[in-house]
Amino acid sequence: MTNAAISRSGAATAPDGAPVLTVQGLTVSVKTEDGLLPLVSDLSFALARGETLAIAGESGSGKSITSLAIMGLLPPPAVRVTGGQIHLGTTELTGLPEAQMQSIRGNRIAMIFQEPMTSLNPVMSIGRQLTEAIEAHEVLSRTEARTRALSALTAVRISQPERRLHQYPHELSGGMRQRVMIAMAIALRPDVLIADEPTTALDVTVQREVLDLLRDLQRDMGTAIILITHDMGVVAEMADRVVVMQSGRMVEHGAAGAVFHAPQQPYTKALLAAVPRMGRGVGAAAVLPGGAPVARLRGLQVRFDLRGGLLGRVTHHVHAVEGVDLDIQRGETFALVGESGCGKSTLAKAMAGLVKFDGQIEIDGTSLAGLGRAQIKALRRNVQMIFQDPMASLDPRMRVGDLVAEPLVIHGIDDHARREARVAALFDRVGLSSDQMYRYPHEFSGGQRQRICIARALALQPKLIIADESVSALDVSVQARVLDLLRALKQEFAIAYLFISHDMAVVENIADRVAVMYLGQIVEMGSRAQIFGNPQHPYTRRLIEAVPVPDPGHIRPPQSRFSGEVPSPMRAVGDTPQRLALQDIGSGHLVAP
Amino acid sequence: MAAYLIRRLIQAALILLGVSLVTFFLLYLLPADPVRQIAGRSATAQTVQNIREQLGLDQPFVVQYWRYLSGLVQGDFGRSYLQKSEVAVLIWARLPASLLLMAGAISCELLLGLTMGIVAALRRGSMTDQSLMITSFIGVSAPQFVVGLLLLYVFAVRLGWFPIGGYGTFRHLVLPSLTLGILGSGWYSRMMRSSMIDVLRQDYIRTARAKGLARRRVIFRHALPNAILPIIAMIGIDIGIFMGGIVVVESVFGWPGIGQLAWQAIQRVDIPIIMGVTLVSACAIVLGNLLADLVTPFIDPRIRLR
Repeated sequence: MTNAAISRSGAATAPDGAPVLTVQGLTVSVKTEDGLLPLVSDLSFALARGETLAIAGESGSGKSITSLAIMGLLPPPAVRVTGGQIHLGTTELTGLPEAQMQSIRGNRIAMIFQEPMTSLNPVMSIGRQLTEAIEAHEVLSRTEARTRALSALTAVRISQPERRLHQYPHELSGGMRQRVMIAMAIALRPDVLIADEPTTALDVTVQREVLDLLRDLQRDMGTAIILITHDMGVVAEMADRVVVMQSGRMVEHGAAGAVFHAPQQPYTKALLAAVPRMGRGVGAAAVLPGGAPVARLRGLQVRFDLRGGLLGRVTHHVHAVEGVDLDIQRGETFALVGESGCGKSTLAKAMAGLVKFDGQIEIDGTSLAGLGRAQIKALRRNVQMIFQDPMASLDPRMRVGDLVAEPLVIHGIDDHARREARVAALFDRVGLSSDQMYRYPHEFSGGQRQRICIARALALQPKLIIADESVSALDVSVQARVLDLLRALKQEFAIAYLFISHDMAVVENIADRVAVMYLGQIVEMGSRAQIFGNPQHPYTRRLIEAVPVPDPGHIRPPQSRFSGEVPSPMRAVGDTPQRLALQDIGSGHLVAP
Repeated sequence: MAAYLIRRLIQAALILLGVSLVTFFLLYLLPADPVRQIAGRSATAQTVQNIREQLGLDQPFVVQYWRYLSGLVQGDFGRSYLQKSEVAVLIWARLPASLLLMAGAISCELLLGLTMGIVAALRRGSMTDQSLMITSFIGVSAPQFVVGLLLLYVFAVRLGWFPIGGYGTFRHLVLPSLTLGILGSGWYSRMMRSSMIDVLRQDYIRTARAKGLARRRVIFRHALPNAILPIIAMIGIDIGIFMGGIVVVESVFGWPGIGQLAWQAIQRVDIPIIMGVTLVSACAIVLGNLLADLVTPFIDPRIRLR
């Protein structure tokens, strides 16, 4: 296989040992009103055949721009290469005419992107999207192209590859779509594969499968990989060498082991220190005061109707939450973990009174069921939410001070002057200054925006804050600071958190108790020490084992390659799933059989 | 699919029932008296009263409407007050001309509008883009009788390329279609431009380019089918706008369609014809929308009709 790749790459193939791709003094700039602004400055690295080079850095570090520059896909006309060279073998790419660049793209250098959900054309069949990529570079018949497409799909270990050819992207899960993207990229056996955050949008178990797949493909084909990621765990697992970037500049470059164990630059050290690691839970779990819980759920059930037929009768239910019992104590951080579609966000919405539910929810001793509008509104003061995407949850046309004051206005608390003072105090408390109150959301960074959302949630002095993936979109260094803030606020205001996350490492760092959710039901629940120290349910173990460890020396215990998709929570009417009866295996550690 | 179709057809029938009720009521409230139109100025009060009774116009509204409706379900649109002929026959005779004009106009506006929109989107921010958008703005805002007369003057009177009016050959069709189409093309070019710009920003376009596809293929195979989706629904709605325009344009060009028929009927308070034309137009709008909805799943596999 390696032979084929080498012979096919022709003139550009350097003699063994010479790099397949060299980037020298690359500078990419954006044209602004104030002149050229560099996004990437003077970046140099070389990529050897069969090697994996990780470009790591936080958002805005220029890592994605670098990959687009190599692909010749910088968004024209504002962003362009203003200096340096990129050599693929002996071909210089930066000055290459578009027609020649086209013949290299997808053929010699291929790329996979972060968002598998949106990176495939929704109105074109999978088969067509694959064959089209092959036909763009090689002259062959439809049947031959189809055979090649099929073998590419088989190579990425997708289930039922023939069937996939006729399907459309929306019929596949995120993990399957990313496999299709990889199949498309490797179909022509490129010399270089650029993977831009290939697993960031995927669930942790799917991430594991995709990373394994990339590694196996590289071994079989000898493709050189440029892996662009913000996740130091992924870097540690995959990379031979690492380039660390910050604000468009390379701050450190070296073998993976060296960078992780003996980082030279302060930025790299800070970056590595901020990475949440498993097995490092901070301090002991909070000692919980007795008494009535802040939230009490009994037999909570949320189902969504799917209609069909002539009269639009309900034919199926989506069993989003299926019989959940749990208590959240005052001042505790209760984490709910699980993969996409497990029902964790729906559970949160039900607790905030945003979806209809069956069963019982008590907030601060008051049952949510059967309340009138006014009562629900009053109850909402006790439950506030912080969402994943702070930009999307702040109205872009309102000043941030007004946004934070809005809950107070809605509930008719205080007069204008006192509200202003209260908001100023909140800004101060979450680490912003009160003179920033008069600015608009777009003037803040992601971390600052999330602080604004936290201030807004705090405004009503709730007893429970639901944080739904609230730190998932933040860079690790920012994430660490926001987590610190949440922890401090909890103690100061005696707030309980329902902390919803897919990130096991973050959960281990912040949670007092943890519940693992799967297909709408809780399969395991216990203290942080119980869940992470002694996970009992196979699904919990799978989740924990799948987390990439930010240590290149870490040896992963051999495990069976679990393939597969989580089954659908959609069921025909009358076909109710079996409720799991949790069993206490000691000191409140509950496990489903 | 069959269930969907049946449900939509039932909905359509209910919509038409509503339209008939509202139109009939509005015409009932009309201060103009159709009987006076029929009888003429010199008629005696007795003659007027006789005609009124003969047409049943002395009956209360409910009775009148009930009579009309019972005729309607048997396919009877009533008789014209003045033309001494069945309304159904009159409309049937003129429908082909109007449908032809509509087809011509839709082709015009799609051809012009989509091309302008695509070109503008691909050259976003350029002079081409700006001049195309100014053109489309003029197209949207110019009244149709002005556009019609202008086209007539330039292309029929001055240049003599097309006949001044009438019906029969392809050359007769061009100017009226263009007049109707210019308005629509203004809308479509703007919609297509923003839809296309939106699609060109999507991740899958970047994927298509990353595969090394030629620019032409990226635009026509990947961007266009996605960008056109919102436009299809628009075409269904558009038929309604046409029905308004057709009255003006058919009068300007002497086009023997139902628009002209309606215009004459309105002037002479010929209620059965007005009712008939309104119902046929409503029918066209409802069917146009249904058709647009039925076509969409063939282009967008994500849409399932149920």
